[in-house]
Formats: sequence, structure tokens, C-alpha cells
Amino acid sequence: MKLLMALLCGMLFGFGLALSGMTDIANVIGFLDLFGDWNPTLAFVMVGGILVSLPFFQFGLGKIKAPLFADVFRLPTRTDIDGRLIGGAALFGIGWGLVGLCPGPAIASLAYLNIDILYFGVAMMAGMFVTDFVDRWLNAKS
Amino acid sequence: MPDAFLMALAGGVCIGLAATLLMVTLGRIGGISGIVFSAAKNPVVDFWAILFIAGLILGTFLFHFTSGHPIPAFKVPLPLILAGGFIVGVGTKLGSGCTSGHGICGIGRLSVRSIIATCTFMLLGFITVYLRLHGGVA
Repeated sequence: MKLLMALLCGMLFGFGLALSGMTDIANVIGFLDLFGDWNPTLAFVMVGGILVSLPFFQFGLGKIKAPLFADVFRLPTRTDIDGRLIGGAALFGIGWGLVGLCPGPAIASLAYLNIDILYFGVAMMAGMFVTDFVDRWLNAKS
Repeated sequence: MPDAFLMALAGGVCIGLAATLLMVTLGRIGGISGIVFSAAKNPVVDFWAILFIAGLILGTFLFHFTSGHPIPAFKVPLPLILAGGFIVGVGTKLGSGCTSGHGICGIGRLSVRSIIATCTFMLLGFITVYLRLHGGVA
């Protein structure tokens, strides 16, 4: 049941990404072209998402004791603002602006069977694993 | 309101519902960068993440299959694809999240970290696209 729910959540998420236009890089670049020929369409994706997530996290989640098919809710606990957060988000923004793909649409777009999108995904995973490796190496040294 | 705006809004609602459902059933944040990393790093322990990723691809396929909406073009020079992909990977790992984890879930939780991260990656996205399209760079 847990695995079926994971599949269904992924499907709804992927359907939403394609429906919203997030998997079309022309849309994404148009949205990020704020200082040029701005296309505001994709701002509505975030509006739609937060319209659901905000009431849920603020009012709904507190009323549920535990997830239906897991032991505990795994929520982020950190509240500190550090250089890693800002620097990482900045790098992510640059990469997003260079191609027009963020992780969700990058993976969802694999459905288009375009080898170039697979290359993007492989490069993205390489970036994550290199960062994870360097992190653990630095932690082991200190 | 033009169709594209409604589709964006409806798509966003689907994404928000998917993230909500994932939290209610599995207790996990619907952040794709984190889920895809879990799926690749611990495919056995986090097998749910593999199925979520499979669903993500299947859901996109289903949208185009059922609506007949044309598959969007993706024409980007290979060096840019590789550099952009790598930078997105490093950035989301360092910054602990992407558009979904910080932008939809984090802002929904009113997390200050996520709000700052979202403003930062949006701003850098704006600047990068400006420089690419209007600044005579690359």
C-alpha cells in the first residue's frame, strides 16, 4: 500500500508538472525573463501549489498523529540560515536559468524520450553525488 | 483568464495535492531533488522513492497521452545541458532543496530557510536568463 501510494503521488505530481507547462523550457525561460519579455504564466503554478500546501501544513497536518503508511512525519528541523543554503540556492538558480529545467521537470521530462534530457538528468545526479562525496570527505577529516 | 494560466494554476494544485498526499501517507516532504537523490543512493531502503520517480515520468506521459498536448521542444547545446545539469545537482544538494521542496512545501510550512532559498534561486534564475538573453553573455 505504501509503495502504491508513492507511485500514485508521483503520477499526480508528474501529471501536474506537464499540465502546468513546467516541462516546457520555453515557458520556464519566459518566466525567468523577468527583466526582458516576461511570461508570468508559471507564477500560477506556485500559487496553485501553495494554495494547497499552505492550509495543509498550517492547519491540516497538526490534526493527524502519524502518516497512514509510515511511523513518523519526517519534517525538516533546521532553522539556521547559512552560506550553504544561500550559495546552494544561488547555484541552483544559475543552473535553472541556463537550461530551464529544475529537478522535478527534468525527471518528469524523461517521458519525452529525448536523449538530451537524459544527459541533463545524469549531469544533475553527478552534481548531487559529487557534492555528497565531498561533504562526507570533509566531515570525515574534521 | 487565458487557458495557459488556468492550466498552470490547475497543474500547481495537482502538485500541491501530490505533496500533501505524500506527507499524509508516507510522511515525506515532496521535494524532488531529495527524492531523486534517495532513489539513487539507497534504492533498496528507499524503494518508495523509485516508485515515486516512476510515477513522475508516467504521470507526464499520461498527461500528453490523454490530452494530446504536443511534447515540448528541448533544443539546448550539449555543453550547456551538462553544465546546467551539474550546477543544478550541486546547488540543490548544497541548498537542501529545489522548486518543489523549498518553493511549494517549504513555503507552505512557512519555513524561513525555504522562503530565503526560494527568493535566492528565483533571483539568480532571473539574472542568469537576463544575462543570457539580453546581456550578450553566452
